[in-house]
Amino acid sequence: MAELSNAPKPDGEALVDIYRRMLRIERNDDAIRTAIRRGRLTMPYYSARGQEVIPATIGHLLTNEDQICTIYRGIQDMVAKDMPLKPLWAEIAGRIDGTCKGKGGPMHLTHPETGVMVTTGVVGSSMPIANGLAWAALLDESRRVVVAFFGDGASNIGAFHESLNLASVWKLPVLFVCPNNGFAEHTRYEVSTSVDRISRRAEAYGMPGFTVDGNDPDAMFAAVSQAIERARVGEGPTLLECTTFRFLGHVLGDDDFYMTKEEKDEALAKDPLPALRARLIAGGHASEEQLAAMQSDIEAEVAAAQEFGMNSPLPSVDELRRDVFEQEIAA
Amino acid sequence: MTGMLKMNGIQAINAAMHEAMAADPKVLVLGEDIADREGGGVTGTMKGLSTKFGDRRVRTTPISEQAIIGAAIGAAMAGYKPVAEIMLMNFTTVCMDMIFNHAAKLRFMSGGQTSVPMVIRTLTGAGWQTAGQHSDHLEGWFAHAAGIKVVAPSNPADMKGLLLSCIQDPDPCLFIENGMTLFVPGDVAADQGPIPLGKAKVVAEGSDLTIITWSAQVMRCQMALAGLAETGISAEIVDLRTISPWDKETVLASVAKTGRAMVVHEAVRNFGPGAEIAATIAEELFGQLMAPVRRLGGPQCAVPFAKVLEDAFLVQPADVVAAAKALMG
Repeated sequence: MAELSNAPKPDGEALVDIYRRMLRIERNDDAIRTAIRRGRLTMPYYSARGQEVIPATIGHLLTNEDQICTIYRGIQDMVAKDMPLKPLWAEIAGRIDGTCKGKGGPMHLTHPETGVMVTTGVVGSSMPIANGLAWAALLDESRRVVVAFFGDGASNIGAFHESLNLASVWKLPVLFVCPNNGFAEHTRYEVSTSVDRISRRAEAYGMPGFTVDGNDPDAMFAAVSQAIERARVGEGPTLLECTTFRFLGHVLGDDDFYMTKEEKDEALAKDPLPALRARLIAGGHASEEQLAAMQSDIEAEVAAAQEFGMNSPLPSVDELRRDVFEQEIAA
Repeated sequence: MTGMLKMNGIQAINAAMHEAMAADPKVLVLGEDIADREGGGVTGTMKGLSTKFGDRRVRTTPISEQAIIGAAIGAAMAGYKPVAEIMLMNFTTVCMDMIFNHAAKLRFMSGGQTSVPMVIRTLTGAGWQTAGQHSDHLEGWFAHAAGIKVVAPSNPADMKGLLLSCIQDPDPCLFIENGMTLFVPGDVAADQGPIPLGKAKVVAEGSDLTIITWSAQVMRCQMALAGLAETGISAEIVDLRTISPWDKETVLASVAKTGRAMVVHEAVRNFGPGAEIAATIAEELFGQLMAPVRRLGGPQCAVPFAKVLEDAFLVQPADVVAAAKALMG
């Protein structure tokens, strides 16, 4: 594994912004889960509660022009990339004002205006497409970078290996970001994966690979900053494995039977959200009052988005004939 | 004829690629062995492109079908028009997720926010004794997928014109080349431009029977015409050219005229595209048909190696004649 050197560190302002993004992710996640439990939303939901530092730090460091390809457990990545919450909620409610007119749903949310280019429900499939977007960035002679998010389980699918090889050969501006939460659905990492660290696989493809504590904003900031810079100056891709933990299992309703109580309790005790909050206060980066105001602003935004989404009209069945091709299919 | 050039399918496809790349800097090419350094593609259809347009736009790839199609999808979403080569049609099975779940569906799943204007060129066809993993006609698999257009030309002029249309099309297109027709010369207008997708062509006019076919089977059905004439059967041959969306109007008009229909394809008969066409004819023209619609396709087995078996696997001109006689009653 390569070593991180001269690691850039987040200043207080950056930490506050990372925390704001984490809180927006968590408050939105909480609202989605509540709506599902109350029967107001019907959807499969793959919460990323506990993994917020990873997307929040990346969202902080990317520009609006940068693009992401993410996966079914991906709403946190979109929220961190500044996807507006109103069309997000309309989409997960299956309404016409949704980002995808209610035709994609939570597993296929898309919002090119904020760089959310693809959300896939197929493990590993974010990566081959991210390469193509990155190829276009090179052809455009832009400084745009593309982040491909994927889980630890996806590092065992062929698309991962094909994509890393091609990205390296073509020196594509891609960050391959793997939040490693230790479980591929219900299967433990060590049962399914041949190496102790996914980042070791980077060496096989001739690119730097790092394993960082995905719950540590400093470590994430350093690793992601360097990977972005490398991509922007034409040095090619980086593989980042970000260790973390999934608080709510694979899919909402999962009873975590495959985890031990001890390991889950230990992870919950290290919840990165209150940890960063405490650090902001202790470090004098933000006051209790400022953070309370931040929280109420976010909760108001989420509530307004939920209200908007739930009250948006249902799509017309004519939508079945639209967007199959550019030209609408005749009735 | 003035303005006519004699060229084979390889030259026609090559001409289309050169024209498309010269006309539009957004057109890209990628695939295994496609740069001149590697020979310009397995059949040479991509010759000269990398030399003329450079390795930024023309890229030989690793043998990584998922990565090839993924790269094409991403570039297409970002405004480029990639033409990706999957060397052989059987290898599309390696990247079906990218084609079926992503290229074909992203426009719909994103509510029209993104689109994938890309072409996948691929080669197939029995006749070269390449057996069970290098010869299959899988157009039915792709015609079953919403969101991708499927084209299977039979002659050099159509190859050029339809490829130009595929490249300009705002949606993903699968362009199927057949190894038995690719080397056959034909007339191509010097100024051959795009031929619209979704339009069939009547290649032989007749009054007793309509044969709907495409790709290399057009050639075999044309070879059957003499035998049909000998038995007094006047057959109309419709070259479907585009399998999805297919030209119902032309097919139904022809069958309404002849009263009899037969679909001939190289793909395995069971659950093949012929079933869809035959069922549509039956639904639309039931009262006008003088006989049940016949389907001729491959038997339910892998394409075999031994020449005698491979010949028997393919619908041959004699099979077309025999089926036509049966249809005439």
